[in-house]
Amino acid sequence: MEQSPDVAPRRILVTGLSTFWGGRVAQLLESDPRIEAVVGVDPDSPSRELDRTEFVRVGPEHTAIERIIRAARIDTVVDTRMTLDLGRIGRTAAHENNVIGTLNLLAACSAGDSPVRRVVFRSSGLFYGCSRSDPGYFTESDRPPDRHPTAAGRDLLEAEAAVAAFRSRMPGVSVIVLRFADVLGTEVDSTMVRFLSLPVIPSITGFDPRLQFVDQEDAVHALGHAVSKAPSGTFNIAADGVLVLSEAASLIGRRLAPLIPPIGTGASISTLRRFGLPLSEELSGQLRYGRAMDNRAFKGTGFHFRFTSREAVLGLRNHLILDPVIRGARSPYRYEPEVEEFLRRSPLVEATHGDSSTAGS
Amino acid sequence: MGPNGSGAPPSERLPDEDAIEAIRDLLPAVEEGRDFDDWGRSEAFVSRVEPLLDFYYRHWFRVEVEGIGNVPSEGGALLVSNHSGALPPDAPMVMQAIRNEHPNPRALYMLVEHWFKGYPGVSMLAARMGLVPAHPENAQRLLHDEGRLAIVFPEGQKGSRKLAWQKYRLRRFGRGGFVRTAARADVPIVPVAVIGAEESMPIFAHFRALEKLTGLIYFPLTPTFPHFGLAAALMYLPAKFKICFMEPIRPEDFPAGLRGDPAAVQELAEEVRSRIQTRLDLEVGARRSVWTG
Repeated sequence: MEQSPDVAPRRILVTGLSTFWGGRVAQLLESDPRIEAVVGVDPDSPSRELDRTEFVRVGPEHTAIERIIRAARIDTVVDTRMTLDLGRIGRTAAHENNVIGTLNLLAACSAGDSPVRRVVFRSSGLFYGCSRSDPGYFTESDRPPDRHPTAAGRDLLEAEAAVAAFRSRMPGVSVIVLRFADVLGTEVDSTMVRFLSLPVIPSITGFDPRLQFVDQEDAVHALGHAVSKAPSGTFNIAADGVLVLSEAASLIGRRLAPLIPPIGTGASISTLRRFGLPLSEELSGQLRYGRAMDNRAFKGTGFHFRFTSREAVLGLRNHLILDPVIRGARSPYRYEPEVEEFLRRSPLVEATHGDSSTAGS
Repeated sequence: MGPNGSGAPPSERLPDEDAIEAIRDLLPAVEEGRDFDDWGRSEAFVSRVEPLLDFYYRHWFRVEVEGIGNVPSEGGALLVSNHSGALPPDAPMVMQAIRNEHPNPRALYMLVEHWFKGYPGVSMLAARMGLVPAHPENAQRLLHDEGRLAIVFPEGQKGSRKLAWQKYRLRRFGRGGFVRTAARADVPIVPVAVIGAEESMPIFAHFRALEKLTGLIYFPLTPTFPHFGLAAALMYLPAKFKICFMEPIRPEDFPAGLRGDPAAVQELAEEVRSRIQTRLDLEVGARRSVWTG
């Protein structure tokens, strides 16, 4: 394996700050005193309370990034921006973010005298697609399908191709691509989480696919590990253990309803989606053929998954039981630019961190 | 590397093998209290259908086993067997032979063509029984990394679609993929000869048109199919079975430089095939009746 980064990351740009991914990784990074600065960008406001991360609103195409990188002397970019869950956002908007956004971001990192030395790109197991001829565990060297069957998959392949091209164009920059399995957790609002939260879980008649998950805490720490410790390369991020759907359902305490017909599955799924069920084109492949990945390469870099796939599912179950109880007690975080400005800049606020490079220079 | 290559090493990753070797041991631990393993095999399910398998094993086919000691008690090993019968009963009977007769009755994984993953019901039940698509990466992980027992039928469909009068003539052993698999995984090959399966569900003819129409891999005429419909799947003729596990061929006995040499692979595949064929000829010649042995 290659060695850890020659230069420790000091000044980090996080994309997708408004999402679970960007927000949580920014929180993780800003709590590390060795990191001087964290800048987060996103078209939307942050959804998590941040202590010293600076937020800059950018357009969905991420065009203004180069100026931010140069001005803040960013050495590491953590790109969590990919939106592959097309349930929420239209295809065109997703394409804008996923493909055009990636191209613009990489262009910003490859300018002649760019200070960027490390790029961490969040990808997904969706890369490998789902088919009958799949191996039981995808390894990082496996090729994606020639023509990806889903729109999000095609976006992802284009984006990964751009990252691969960037990697060969910029030999001096470490590029870490992380392909995540489905993340489960209290803070994740994905099609898979909503699907598993249904009172009765629909499945395709006669299929009980193998599925693999990763707990949200492991997912965030995997990004942190990629920032500071992982060598350049592509890694699968999936917890130990592969479950079958019926097993996952019974762990959650849900009944499985194998009612989606095995023929004409696509049409039934889009009909059910119209009725508001959390299903997607991407999920449909998984419900038939399943998908699992070999996680040993990432473990080989020294990362330890704290939760297995089974424990991730059990975690989701506990959340589903407790959520109605504690929902009222939590007041959701709302981003108020003036408050954030005050907390970061006002001389009246005492710096809580030893390193106060962001607080009143 | 394709246009979508990720920068990871391309799929033929020989130079990286040392790195792969180093991370081999990072396998997930076995979690207690699960009904399924990570391949989707379910010991609970196998135990549930065991009475049926055992009925066929003990009373219907009256299976006689020879050389069970040739199946290693631990570590990976690749069983290689002949294959026959419209819905081949050889795989479950070999599995049952190991469960019933072996001192360490281990799970047996069956490496088969991935077609089964496409059929509703079959896909689910097959995986629970221990069928795993015969993908090179699956074989390597099962045999080398996890040290499990797996069986392959190198004749594949060519074996099971054979017509009644072609019985006990082994088909071509593919392109010797199983030899490469065993060599790469560094595990012994255990040749297995199954006698009786040929007569338990003979095929008299194939209906190509119905094959196309139904999308099945074949649509045969057997003593019970298609007139008994799907129930025919359980209607085997009561042929007497004999399963011979033969002397293993250990990796140290593989010719040197086997992996890079297609001719040597072909030669060893042929050697395994002729050992099985010789044993079949011997056993078939010695038996007095198909039904009583």
